[in-house]
Formats: sequence, C-alpha cells, structure tokens
Amino acid sequence: MAPESRTLKERLAPLMHWDTGLAVALVAVAIFGSSVSSQFFSSYNIFTLCTNIGDLAIMALPMTLIIITGEIDLSVASILAVSAETLGALWTHHWPLALIFVVCLAIGALAGFINGVLITRVGLPSLAVTIGTLTLYRGLANVILGASTVSNFPSPFNNLGVTGFLGISWLSWSVAIFLVLAVITGVVLRRTPFGRSLFAIGLSQEAAFHAGMRVKRTKLLLFVLSGVVAAAVGLLYAFELSSAGENIGIGFELQVITIVLLGGVSIFGGKGTILGVALAAFVYAGLRSALLLTSSFNENDFEVVSGGLLILSVLIPNAASFVQRARALMRRGQMRDRRKLLALADAEVLDRE
Amino acid sequence: MSATTTEAPPTIAPESPRRLVDLVLRARTFGILGVLLLFVLITTAIQPRFLHAANIQFILATTALYALVAVGETFVVITRNVDLSVGSVVGLSAYVSANMFQAHHGIPIPVVFLVGLGVGVACGLVTGIITAVGRVPSLVVTLAMLYIIRGFDTIIVGSGQVVANSLPNSFINIFHATILGIPDVAIAVAVVVAIAAFYLRTYRSGRELYAIGSDPDAARLGGIPIARRIFGAFVLSGALAGLGGVLWATQYNTIDATAATGLELQIIAAVVVGGVAIFGGSGSVVGAALGALLLQTINSALNVLGVASLWTEAISGFLLLVAITLDRGIQLRLAAALRRRRVHLGA
Repeated sequence: MAPESRTLKERLAPLMHWDTGLAVALVAVAIFGSSVSSQFFSSYNIFTLCTNIGDLAIMALPMTLIIITGEIDLSVASILAVSAETLGALWTHHWPLALIFVVCLAIGALAGFINGVLITRVGLPSLAVTIGTLTLYRGLANVILGASTVSNFPSPFNNLGVTGFLGISWLSWSVAIFLVLAVITGVVLRRTPFGRSLFAIGLSQEAAFHAGMRVKRTKLLLFVLSGVVAAAVGLLYAFELSSAGENIGIGFELQVITIVLLGGVSIFGGKGTILGVALAAFVYAGLRSALLLTSSFNENDFEVVSGGLLILSVLIPNAASFVQRARALMRRGQMRDRRKLLALADAEVLDRE
Repeated sequence: MSATTTEAPPTIAPESPRRLVDLVLRARTFGILGVLLLFVLITTAIQPRFLHAANIQFILATTALYALVAVGETFVVITRNVDLSVGSVVGLSAYVSANMFQAHHGIPIPVVFLVGLGVGVACGLVTGIITAVGRVPSLVVTLAMLYIIRGFDTIIVGSGQVVANSLPNSFINIFHATILGIPDVAIAVAVVVAIAAFYLRTYRSGRELYAIGSDPDAARLGGIPIARRIFGAFVLSGALAGLGGVLWATQYNTIDATAATGLELQIIAAVVVGGVAIFGGSGSVVGAALGALLLQTINSALNVLGVASLWTEAISGFLLLVAITLDRGIQLRLAAALRRRRVHLGA
C-alpha cells in the first residue's frame, strides 16, 4: 500500500508545480470568461485584453530578473511616465521621432543607472532607493508636461492601440513584442551562464561573489535594463493611448509585481521562470477581462482583486512550505508536542527567508 | 561565581563605543535642525513674509498630520518592515469619519475620532495578521493593501464626496484653533510623539522593536515574540493613520476617493529624512516628527518663494535619497571607527 501510494504521489508531483497550476488557472479563467459572456472570445475583446496586458508583461520581464537576484524595482511606472512625458514635450517642440526615441531610451537607461549605482555601489537597499526614485521620477515627470496633455502623434504610431500586429486583428503589438522578448529572456535565463548566475546571486550573494560572479555589475546591468525597458514601454503606451499626460501609468508597479509574483517568482530571490510569469500575465489579464464583462464589476473592484492576488501569490507558497515542513517533522517523529512542532516548522520557514 | 568579586563593573568610559553611537545619533538629530534653520533663514532673507505668525501656525498645523502618521510608520520601520498602506488608510478614514456628519446629524466629534481610529485599527489588524502570521514580506502586503484599501474607498465613496458645508464649524475649527499661538493639533501630536518616544526608550516591548530590527535571528533566539511585536507595530501604524484621516478631514473639508493618494511616500520620506534607518533597528519618533516638520517647511518655503508646487514631489523623493545615502556613509564610518576602537582597546 505505502510504496504504491508513494509512486502515485511521485507521479503526481509535476502536477503540483506552480506553472502547472497557472496553466490550469488559465484554462479555468477561459472557461469562466466564456461562461460570463459570449463576447469574451471575440476578436475585439481578446485584442483589448492583449493591449492591456502587453505593456505590463514586457515590464514584468526585467522585473522578474531583478526579483530573482533578490532585489526589487518600484520605480518602473515613474520611469515609464518620464519617458512618455518627454515624448510629449519633445514632440510639441517638433523634434524628429527617431531622435526622441533615442533621448527617451537614454533617459530610461540613466534612471535605471541611478537606481543601480545607489543600490550596488553605495550599498543601499533597493526597496528604499526605488521608493525614493518612484517619488523623484514621478515628480520630474509631472514637471515636464505640467497639467497639459499631448495627443497629436503621427499616424503609424498613433494606430498602435487600435490595429493588430501584422494584420492579425486579435493580437496587439505589445503582446507580440512581449512574446518575442519573453522567449529571448527565457533562453538567456535558463541557458546562459549569465542567466544562471542570477539564481546564484539570489540564493546567496556571498557565495556567488566568492564563486567569481560579478554580483554588483550584474545587478547594475539589470537595473539599467529595467529602466530602458520601462522607457520603451512608456513610448509604446503613450502611442497606444494616443496621448501623454499627467499621471500616466500611475500604479503600474503594483500590477507588474503582482504578475511576477503570481508567476511563481520568489520574493526572497533565487527562484522563478519566465514561462510562469507569461502564464501569470494571461491569467491576470483574462481574469480582469472576465470580471469586467460581468455587469457588477468595475476597475476599482478589480484593484481589490489585484491586491488580493498579490498577497495570495506569496501567502500560498509560504503556507505550503509551512505544512510541508510540519509534516516532515511529524513523520520523523521528532516532535510530539504540537506547539513545539508548529514553532519549529515556523522557524524553518523563517530560515528560508 | 562568588559574591566577593573585587572587580567593579567596568564604567562606561567617555570614549566607549556606546557613547560614540549616542553622539552620532544626537548629531543626526541636530543635523536636521540645522538644515531646518538654514532653510528658514534663507527663505526669510528672500521673503520676510515667511516668518509671519500665520504662516508658522499653518506649517505647524499641517505638520501635525504628517508627524502623527510618521510615528506609526517609525514603529514599523524600526522592526525592519515598511507600511506603504498609510496613505490609503488616511484617505478611507477621512471619508468614513467625515461622512458620519452627513449620515448622523449632530454626532459628537469625539465619536467621529473614534470612528476614524476604528477604521485605522481594522486596516492595521489585517495588514498585521498577514505580515506577522502569514510571513508575507511587509513590502508585498502593504503594497497590496495600498490598492485594496483604496479600492474599497472608491467603492464606498462611489460618485459622491464629502463637502465642507456638511461639516459642523466646530469640526473644521479643530484645525485652526490655537493655544498661546500654537495650533491645538500640533500640541496634541507633540504629546503623542512624547509618549511614543518615552515608550520606545524605556519599555521592554519598545526596546524589543529595536532588537527585532537590528537582528531578527538574534531576536528570535533571544525569545522575543517577534510576530506579536510586528503585529502590534502594524496595528499602531494603522491606528495613527486612522486618526490622521480625521485630521485630514478637518484640514481639507472636501473629501473624495482620491484623498491622501501618495501620502505614504511623503511619510516614508519624513521618517527616513528624520534619521530612522530603513534597515531597521535605529531611529526615533522625535527624529521622524522633525523630518515631517522639515518637509512641510520646505513645502511652505517653495510656496512662499513662488516655486511651482509641481516640484514638491520630486524634492521629497530627492531628499529621501540624500538622507539614505548620508546615513549609509555615517553608518560605514561609525562601524569602521568602532572596529578601530575595539582593536585599540583589545576588547
């Protein structure tokens, strides 16, 4: 009996994987969506869903790499805003678009570089630094355009938010770009020494350092990358909206982090997959779209759901590892006393942090 | 071992490490006061109107709200956590408490304060339980709570808002009343700051907050009930933010669903500028209150000097970065100095 049940358990083990759970959730969301409304799978709705999620998903890629190394970047939405508002300001001054793109991406790189230098060279915690730059960059973005809005962008770019990718009516440009970048990021993360080193850094900075990895330079590079990507998304997003104005992209950092953590990336670093993040992005977008199709739900209600998802995506693995450790301790028969057992399992969960 | 040991306990010599740390921390507080004074002098030199009694009263009264919420935030940050949800708590509490006047005519003002406090405590309880029991990092929990509470606020407020003429004059006057020229709210908050400072300095549980923040593992091995202390810090932060919401209502009078959006960043800036280490384990509520005063003074100075208020946000972010960078420098120097001393004394 016992060995047989164990083999069954072993056979079921891959199904317990987070990515598998997300795939199941994605199917569930699709079923839920189509049961809510026949409009769910309409090409228009899928396109809207794609435009909504594509930008966030693109920003989630560098965020995934940063969180895997055990850091965080809360300033991405503010960098997005600086880039979008710069685009607006320079466009009204009749700069050529190509030059504006270069300037915006350079600003993004500089913003990320400032984050990275403060974190890696000065040695400050990324949480504090990026809370500071979240405020600083958002403040600067507000100064660039003030209360005015710019919306007269030229036609091929202005249509990004309404026409599909290469004539595919349901696929937005942002998701097409995301899929390409996701494959590249996934390969780099899994198959290159650089990608593998991110996990090593996230698990133990010191061990990674003594193994000869350039911990500081790697992190600096990731923050610059995050800045450039956020700035690029700023351009894309402004074109999709056909406007750049006050408060653009405000609060996006929460949604990006929600997608990353929902994708099974550990907030403590050292663990995560791009596939999980991509699945999470579509689960998130699908759930949002399905809920908004029900008449009783609006954007504000989804804000509550989104926050709840964020908490659950850390709470569930925490609870699972607690239960796992408690059961392991019980099987070893070490702890008869229930309270002691709980305390010990708790301590082991803490040690993981 | 024996009761007759002749060795006296070593007295703390003037150059002992403990004294040095104290000195640096005190210098940090005086540093804020120095910057504050500098700002006041420069602004007054350019625009003497800045030092008018009415302007000083206004600065003190607006600081009261920030200092009050900053006290709660300080408790949380000392334990190496962070509370990003305070802005949303202030917003929700401001609406719910001010709306009491519309819902129940002639409701006594103390009851309204209790309602605000209750809203804050409820929010703090949820955050505290998820953080302390669920072991979810406070950054994640409070970032999520920021949006969850704001979402609830938007749902409750709907398309309505509280307008000034639905509030009784006695309520609005709370913000403007003064005793001997000092705003009542500033005095009340100063009392809260004093009590909190006394608690953190002298009570065992207060000291334990510092122990948790400076080394969580050591604190756990030392038998400190970490979960309970962190839980308590979050409940206090929620409670003070709830009271802050009522103050917000007395000050702004018109309250919609966007009230106090982004306030958490100003509060964290005040706390960090005030010398509370973002790594936890160090800092004081007096420093945090001074940090709030400094930020409000700068706001007012920019206003008086005619600099667009658009710059306020950028400047508080910049000051936050300057403060953590300076603190890091001080911390490294201090650690190096202590190490040298230890080598020197052979301890």
